Amino acid sequence: MSQIKRFWCRMMQVALIVGFGVAASLLWNPVQAAEIEKIHFLIPGGAGGGWDGTARGTGEALTKSGLLKHASYENMSGGGGGKAIAHMIETAERQKGTLMVNSTPIVVRSITKVFPYSFRDLTPIAGIIADSAVFVVQVDSKFQSWKDVVAAFKSDSKKVKIGGGSVPGDLDHIAVALAIQAAGENPKKVKYVPYDAGGKAMAGLLSGEINVLSTGFGEALELAKSGQIRILAITSATRSKDAPNVPTVKELGYDMTFANWRGFFGAPGLSYKEAQAYASLLRDMYATSEWETVRARRGWTNQYVPGFQFYRFLEEQEEAIGSMLRELGFLQ
Amino acid sequence: MLEGILAGLATTFLPINLFLVLVGCFAGTFIGMLPGLGPISAIALMIPITYGFDPASGMILMAGVYYGAIFGGSTSSILLNAPGVAGTVATAFDGYPLAQQGKAGKALALAAYSSFAGGTIAAIFLLVAAPTLASVSLSFQSSDYFALMVLGLTAVSAFAGKGGFLKAILMTVLGLMLSTVGTDASAGIQRFTFGRVDLIDGVSFLLLAMATFALSEALMVILKRTKISKKAQQATQWNLGSLKVSRQEFKEITPTIARSSVLGFFVGVLPGAGATIASFLAYGMERNLAKDQDKAQFGKGSLKGLVAPETANNAACSGSFVPLLTLGIPGSGTTAVMLGALLSYGIQPGPRLFVEQPQVFWSVIISMYIGNIILLILNLPLIPYIAKLLMLPKQLLTPLILFFSLIGVYLVSFNPFDIQMMIFFAIAALLLRILDFPMAPMLLGFVLGGMMEENLRRALLINDGSFSFLWERPITLSILVIIVLTFLAPVVSYFKPAVPD
Repeated sequence: MSQIKRFWCRMMQVALIVGFGVAASLLWNPVQAAEIEKIHFLIPGGAGGGWDGTARGTGEALTKSGLLKHASYENMSGGGGGKAIAHMIETAERQKGTLMVNSTPIVVRSITKVFPYSFRDLTPIAGIIADSAVFVVQVDSKFQSWKDVVAAFKSDSKKVKIGGGSVPGDLDHIAVALAIQAAGENPKKVKYVPYDAGGKAMAGLLSGEINVLSTGFGEALELAKSGQIRILAITSATRSKDAPNVPTVKELGYDMTFANWRGFFGAPGLSYKEAQAYASLLRDMYATSEWETVRARRGWTNQYVPGFQFYRFLEEQEEAIGSMLRELGFLQ
Repeated sequence: MLEGILAGLATTFLPINLFLVLVGCFAGTFIGMLPGLGPISAIALMIPITYGFDPASGMILMAGVYYGAIFGGSTSSILLNAPGVAGTVATAFDGYPLAQQGKAGKALALAAYSSFAGGTIAAIFLLVAAPTLASVSLSFQSSDYFALMVLGLTAVSAFAGKGGFLKAILMTVLGLMLSTVGTDASAGIQRFTFGRVDLIDGVSFLLLAMATFALSEALMVILKRTKISKKAQQATQWNLGSLKVSRQEFKEITPTIARSSVLGFFVGVLPGAGATIASFLAYGMERNLAKDQDKAQFGKGSLKGLVAPETANNAACSGSFVPLLTLGIPGSGTTAVMLGALLSYGIQPGPRLFVEQPQVFWSVIISMYIGNIILLILNLPLIPYIAKLLMLPKQLLTPLILFFSLIGVYLVSFNPFDIQMMIFFAIAALLLRILDFPMAPMLLGFVLGGMMEENLRRALLINDGSFSFLWERPITLSILVIIVLTFLAPVVSYFKPAVPD
């Protein structure tokens, strides 16, 4: 008897959940689905890169989960991404249905005037994921903590060779310069050794020609797990749940955070309502299992920063990076 | 380890995996043949398909596409002078002249044999020594890479064609200069971009190769119209030459294959080099080792000059799996895409991969043998049909080459500026060719120049501006000694008393 009762209890629960689900979808979906049926993703780089993965991953999650009917993609490389930004602005009238993926370089390259445009010339929709910077060493390195690196830097900054997978004045360099500055040292004294890709920089670290590597958390995590390198510190505000033993630079007593975000921009002149609709579509995506599949596959960290907050975040980052680049002598 | 290899064997011979090797090789060969579309785009296309597969199958498919593309790239290099893949640019140096001499069939067959040999020999190295080779790939530092690139430049003497050595040197310098366009990797400053956003990333190697080889060749054909019409008549009578390679020829190229596969494999193992560098180095090495008569043949249809880069680029492809699988470090764009795919399967490449996932590790390596055999079986019977392409009348073939070269480059970047740039380079190359300037040294300077500069400046930065690394690092020093010997050898033989008959 009690078993039958329990069975009916279950059935009631299921019915209730399904009922609520259907009701909720009836109430919510028409509002969103009616507004956006298709998105054209503009990717400022070639196939297989980080931007490409973000745009196609987002499109995949949106369409497979049914939030979006149709997604199309366009790769437009050239000028380190500048070509696509210019295209978006010049043809703004026709680009109401287009979202362009971008990341921290749009901030860096507009400050250094490589791009004649900045994020202000576009409509920031939302930041969706972030990758913090980490500082890593060889497993048998004499540096046991980021504090040791700072101490060695203080005694002789020339002996601490810090590499990265981007040109001087770009992400990996800025991250380490900010951390050194937070320790009260002159970031200009950082001996930054550039490599043309993250993988080559990692090979440089393992070959022993540099002592410390500044790189993205996602890129370092797998090698740390397999025991080839040690992560000394991460530049996020709180510890990452994927590597709970890695301290943040901030908790070691150096007040700084840094992250390479990725997000989407609309054409200039998009109305508040239109931008809002895109942002809430992206917000709804986080709850889907399809997005979780894409995110886990790529090892991304969710970081939803919509609309106006996104604009403010970009302004803050522009301020921090701009003053660092001035300090380093890349800007007058 | 033996258990792992057996598990790998079992995985490889699953019908589905054998089928995937076949599909991968087939797809790769065709994508590689299309000018401009290389292994990166091919593998990026495959990734969504492989999500549902188990990791070993996915990797087997992608590896098949990778070496299939390098294999296929040589076909368009030989037949049309339009390299399909950056790694097969050097194949065009002697492959295209051979095709023009009516030996297209033989050239394609030789390319297939040497790709097979290079791929198979490298796969044996992988099987025997992959885990221990990891340390080799980490032994090279910036100064060693610099020395290696300088060694590559000595190959320039190989290209001293009609105009002699001076013209070859001038073109090398032009290539070195072109490699400085774009963002300076060591200081982050824009050089020679004339304020154009499109030039920030520099000039793409494949674009330059297509413009100076395929496009300028097609334009040349149009200019020499009268002569060509006679040739076109001949072309219809062509029997493509025999596919057969004589015993004498086999004897001649065997040492070349042996040397090039070893060289190609080790260059492939280094994360900072890759298939393109390997093919140029092998070409240069063979030219430098060749005797006087042979030497003169290089660039005019030398069999060794065709076999060396073809063997080396396939060996290097297999070699690049060493840092990818044993360290988790991608040495090239292609292996970076594959690393992404591996991670998405939840597989951590690294020193423990062949312990923890032996079936993935070994089945990928074992599938390479099968892949190479399949490529050979697939390609040899197809050669007569593929080579028939050359029988197309020039009026049809030339516009097709123009069209596919331009479209191929555009499909990679989707940037119309690239097309303008290609036309500019093609016209410049046409003028230079009329004046008998060779194009190959320019490409050599271009491909080595960027890496040479970058590695030299990095080595100087690390050593606080001192050149002491030139004699303090054993690897750097040994390579430099080889370079000096390469230059001294002709001088010594000059002073050696002639042996009386």
